[in-house]
Amino acid sequence: MIEVEDLQIYFRQKKQKLFSFNTEYLKAVDHVSFTIKRGETFGLVGESGSGKSTVGKGILRYYNLTGGNITFDGTEIGYQKEKELLPIRKKMQSIFQDPYASLDPSHTVKDIICEPMEIHKLYDKSERKERACELLEMVGMNKNDILRYPHEFSGGQRQRISIARALSINPQFILCDEPISALDVSLQAQIVHLLEGLQDKLGLTYLFISHQLQMVQQICDNIGVMFLGNLVELSDADDLYKNPLHPYTKMLLSSMLEADPGVRCLEDDIPEYKVMTRVKQGCKFSNRCPYANSRCKEEVPKLKEVAKGHYVACFQYEG
Amino acid sequence: MRDNIMKNLKLGFKEDKLAVIGVIIILILTVTSAFAFLYPVDANAISVTSRLAKPSLIHPFGTDDMGRDYLARCLYGGRASLLVGFLSMILSTMIGVIVGSISGYMGGKIDAILMRFVDALMSLPTFLIMVVMNAYLKPGIKNVIIIIGLLTWMSIARIVRGETMSLKEREYVVYSRISGQSRLKIILQHILPNIMPTIIVTATINIASAILMESALSFFGLGIRPPTASWGSMLNNAQGYMIKAPYLAIFPGVLILLTVISFNYLGEALRKIFEHK
Repeated sequence: MIEVEDLQIYFRQKKQKLFSFNTEYLKAVDHVSFTIKRGETFGLVGESGSGKSTVGKGILRYYNLTGGNITFDGTEIGYQKEKELLPIRKKMQSIFQDPYASLDPSHTVKDIICEPMEIHKLYDKSERKERACELLEMVGMNKNDILRYPHEFSGGQRQRISIARALSINPQFILCDEPISALDVSLQAQIVHLLEGLQDKLGLTYLFISHQLQMVQQICDNIGVMFLGNLVELSDADDLYKNPLHPYTKMLLSSMLEADPGVRCLEDDIPEYKVMTRVKQGCKFSNRCPYANSRCKEEVPKLKEVAKGHYVACFQYEG
Repeated sequence: MRDNIMKNLKLGFKEDKLAVIGVIIILILTVTSAFAFLYPVDANAISVTSRLAKPSLIHPFGTDDMGRDYLARCLYGGRASLLVGFLSMILSTMIGVIVGSISGYMGGKIDAILMRFVDALMSLPTFLIMVVMNAYLKPGIKNVIIIIGLLTWMSIARIVRGETMSLKEREYVVYSRISGQSRLKIILQHILPNIMPTIIVTATINIASAILMESALSFFGLGIRPPTASWGSMLNNAQGYMIKAPYLAIFPGVLILLTVISFNYLGEALRKIFEHK
């Protein structure tokens, strides 16, 4: 349904000196490719600053692409103008991380939920209100809340309002940009169950961005692991957790907290992570990687299929 | 959020007695100058026999050098000053908000061009330009309002720009953009309502400076021309009689002072209230 090909999103960095003419670019997303199938939940994981949110927002064309392309339902949307994008935007929606920042404090719940319907000119006024009520009940809230303001709700309720808003125009694809990271654990489970239930009911496709590996493992079908703008490993969820290949993925998985304090497998393999310095050449993970050799410091590994459906960008697994 | 603000307003004014006094003074001055026609004395009627009369029951504020009733002149003068203050504030706030929000939201080249233009205007000696513009335009309340309005919107534009820039990264604005909302609607529906408090505060303080400017212009005989009364021109007129009739300077002077201080305290109080939130 969504194909991301060789996606590049660079940001211009502010010039350091007054008279320097060479602009530097921050490569937030660098040559990332993956495919999201209809009806699946695709997970993107990685530490902060790895570019996972940028990929998500890039797919929704919040950023202009530097290179590569995005195909949505057979339409290339990478470089379309805002006006041409509108029909596509009707099929895509988003839920964001911070439930306090993602709802406009000056609008009522009704205005918030009706906004996407107004943008796409769906239904008339009274139908919109009716639909807003329905949606509120669908996400487990009271329809009497419709005239209240966001500050009157808790984080979990706000996230439910965000979900109701995202559903209002019957999208096919929803970007979930860390939708549960700001919530406490019991609420996380509730929201995840809600999202899963809605997926079954409405046949939605999710791109689920998170740094919480347990949740991702639980709900995602396929997972991409990102590190400093690159996709380093791509696999289906079970395989990734059972058989992580890239040293960074191994490190991430070993950082997961286990309920049983005795189970801590990979901890010893991975050295304590050094101060993050940008690697100018070669594999970006090479200065933190315990297996790095001279080749890693010179060449950039490409994403290669090493087992069926399991891709990794690391020289260890090459020929 | 709205009832929250109302609550904060009540609380804030309870704490800030000076602001309450300011509001009362502003209200009294506005009402009295709006209903100045109820005071049955012609502000421009000259009477040679009662020149420079001291304040008395017939002339509560005395009379000026042409025997005109000074209370009536103060009332009509207040009308001019407050009108200039309010209307030029509205004009400058409108321009400032439009320029500031476009500049802040669009960013890039548009922002750079608009802000360099603002910088250029800010570095001009405002008062000198007013004097020059006044020489070319026909004097009168309308032109004073336009001149003050056109030369004081820059600070508002800068403030609005800053606020817009920080708001446009908020997730609800990001969401709106991703959903396909037009830029104009994002600015009108999501950005402006949320920076309204800042705009109100700045506008309130701007009224005070507009009134001061009008007074200064009229004092130099450049703003509102006689016989129309204005506090500034009355001060100017009073210069020659400082010793003989000091009340001629005291009344308009105190009125200007009170109005400006009141607006400033009100602005300050509003700022504190909105910051609370």
